Amino acid sequence: MAEIKQPGEGVQIDLISAKRMNGLASMEKIRMILDGVRDGNIVVLEEGLTPDEESKLIEVTMTEISPDEFNGIEIETYPRSEAADQSFLDRLMGRESTKKLTVIGPANQIETLHKDETLISALVSRK
Amino acid sequence: MPRLARAREDRMGLLTELKDSISRAASTLFSEQDPKRIGIYGPPNAGKTTLANRIARDWTGDAVGPESPIPHETRRARRKENVEIERDGKSVQIDIVDTPGVTTKVDYTEFLDHDMEKDDAVRRSREATEGVAEAMHWLREDVDGVIYVLDSTKDPFTQVNTMLIGIIESQDLPVLIFANKIDLEDSNVQRIRNAFPQHETVPLSALEGDNMDEVYDKIAEYFG
Repeated sequence: MAEIKQPGEGVQIDLISAKRMNGLASMEKIRMILDGVRDGNIVVLEEGLTPDEESKLIEVTMTEISPDEFNGIEIETYPRSEAADQSFLDRLMGRESTKKLTVIGPANQIETLHKDETLISALVSRK
Repeated sequence: MPRLARAREDRMGLLTELKDSISRAASTLFSEQDPKRIGIYGPPNAGKTTLANRIARDWTGDAVGPESPIPHETRRARRKENVEIERDGKSVQIDIVDTPGVTTKVDYTEFLDHDMEKDDAVRRSREATEGVAEAMHWLREDVDGVIYVLDSTKDPFTQVNTMLIGIIESQDLPVLIFANKIDLEDSNVQRIRNAFPQHETVPLSALEGDNMDEVYDKIAEYFG
């Protein structure tokens, strides 16, 4: 992701299209997200991650937390998971419906104000 | 011994060995299934260890681990093996895996509020992060079913709950949602039912032992 901001000027938001994510392997996606978040950026994914990728994102985030430097991430998607509505065959064939807008940011800079099935309201602050 | 008799004896020995190994293979093949590993998951401070201890004490007499109001008391997955639960004349054998509370962030300064020195708080936060990573690993690879514990006095619409339930569903694991702490005044079980209508929610107080009969009925029904 191109670094365009000057420190202290504001908060960079990266809106990442599904097309860009589709070409990446799971670990590449996780690396891209965490690199952005650790730089203090807010990352918005058009289509989110699969449950397996979410699980790995939590695991990798935990290994990178370090006192006084990185506290972890805040991540928000709409609450209702679509996985329960899918058939086993769909999942087996990789037809996983994970299309849910996802917002990820540094835990010390983003705070969720309100969240329900249709709305995510978040407060983003500078470092 | 004459040669013919010895050859005959050798053949008999071989036959006996063959019969033994077939019967050993058959007994392995048709022996009772290994106990299912049931992971107790949920956010920090939902009462997972209190529940694990309640189940273990009720059926084995031992506890699983220490309980505490400080978040991340459990920082390693702990397994209690061969917990035999008897329901309606049948018995169900499970291994209980008590896991660290899952979160996406750990800030050591929060532990300082619990009268902890900085060094202790930093160590605890480091152990907590390792514990969460371990819990995620268990969920992807090593559990056969999940008990998802929620504090019924808190809003269940959190990102961690949404993600974890999604991850559990994607693994096709049987899951029961336990709405814990119903002994508290602010408890709201219906809010949890509304948040996860696709799963069965069982109300309980692991601390007080309220509604444990239904808890064990459901464990036997889902994981037996």
